Amino acid sequence: MNSRKTIEVWVGLFVAAGLLALAMLAFKVGNLTSADVVNGYTLTAKFSNIGGLKTKAPVTMAGVRIGRVSKIGFDNERFMGVVEMQIDGRYKNIPKDTSASILTSGLLGDQYVGLDPGGSEEYLKSSDTIQMTQSAVVLEKLIGQFLFSKAAEGDNKKSK
Amino acid sequence: MMNVLRTLGRIVLGGVERLGRAALFLYEILSGSWELVGRFPLVLQQIYGVGVLTLLIILVSGLFVGMVLGLQGYNTLVKFGSANSLGLLVALSLVRELGPVVTALLFAGRAGSALTAEIGLMKATEQLAGMEMMAVNPVIRVIAPRFFGGVVAMPLLAALFSAIGVLGGHIVGVGLLGVDAGPFWSQMQAGVDFHDDILNGVIKSAVFGVVCTWIAVFEGYDAVPTSEGVARATNRTVVYSSLAVLGLDFILTALTLGEI
Repeated sequence: MNSRKTIEVWVGLFVAAGLLALAMLAFKVGNLTSADVVNGYTLTAKFSNIGGLKTKAPVTMAGVRIGRVSKIGFDNERFMGVVEMQIDGRYKNIPKDTSASILTSGLLGDQYVGLDPGGSEEYLKSSDTIQMTQSAVVLEKLIGQFLFSKAAEGDNKKSK
Repeated sequence: MMNVLRTLGRIVLGGVERLGRAALFLYEILSGSWELVGRFPLVLQQIYGVGVLTLLIILVSGLFVGMVLGLQGYNTLVKFGSANSLGLLVALSLVRELGPVVTALLFAGRAGSALTAEIGLMKATEQLAGMEMMAVNPVIRVIAPRFFGGVVAMPLLAALFSAIGVLGGHIVGVGLLGVDAGPFWSQMQAGVDFHDDILNGVIKSAVFGVVCTWIAVFEGYDAVPTSEGVARATNRTVVYSSLAVLGLDFILTALTLGEI
């Protein structure tokens, strides 16, 4: 009987430790605590180039994460990328003339959507569209332009 | 020529027949499992034998795998100037791949072989036949508790492996190599998704648990009842389990990542 009791205690310990490990994975390693947007609402923005933006990318305002990208689509008539964002329900008062831009965290980091508030007294409602947008900066294009302008400078110097 | 064809046919037929018997055996275990409801201590005993006694090897290997990941990952990442992502690298590799797979391989070697040897020996010493004589169904009394013990123990073992591996990575990365603890954990939390990564790993380990214990109990039950037969059955358990785990791992990864 005694040995059965020890076995039960050990199994109890084992299962508890296993569940604890799962909980640690979920809360400490994973993002279960901060993942979900609480009763959020949807905003859309159209960009002429979304760069490497992916779904689940953060949406920030003043550097604070206030939502995430829920869907990325394509506008077949205007040839623009359509980004749908879930914004946390706590942040309701986003002005109507807010502008959205696609930024990169660090030089090699992931891309995210940054919102810059405007001054309007009216606020964006669910499924509204943000009118002013700024596309992602594509590094290759930038380097290309830089090289091109450098080359042009060189030509000017020669011709003088 | 005829003989070659005949041998080939015999091998294939034998394999298919064994597979069919294994499937029927699994069906027998599952359909009889409701009889275990009142006899939970039997399963408890097996969780002890399969899970608790495997704990030490799982914890030690998990710690060292995590530490090696920390060391190797740091040396690679530092070349790209992104040593801060070390936590993410360690956690993702452990939770998605190494946790379930290495645990399943160790499980097959430590617990699966023991199960096969035990059941095979029971068969060789005619204990199973004796039970049948006493109108006790050995599949329910002996096999099913072992099967469910393994199925319960495996995901828990994998979770423990991953958790202690992350701690091992923390010890090496933050403690020895001087990566900052803040980005180590924050990048990990930003990059590891609960549904896509952690649940995926748990599902993988549950599938591996079913497959490994199934192979182990079937090989034991199907063993030729001699000492040589039991030895071969044990050998087959480890080989088949390892192959099944590695093959299934690829299939499950391809399915969940959905990129093929």
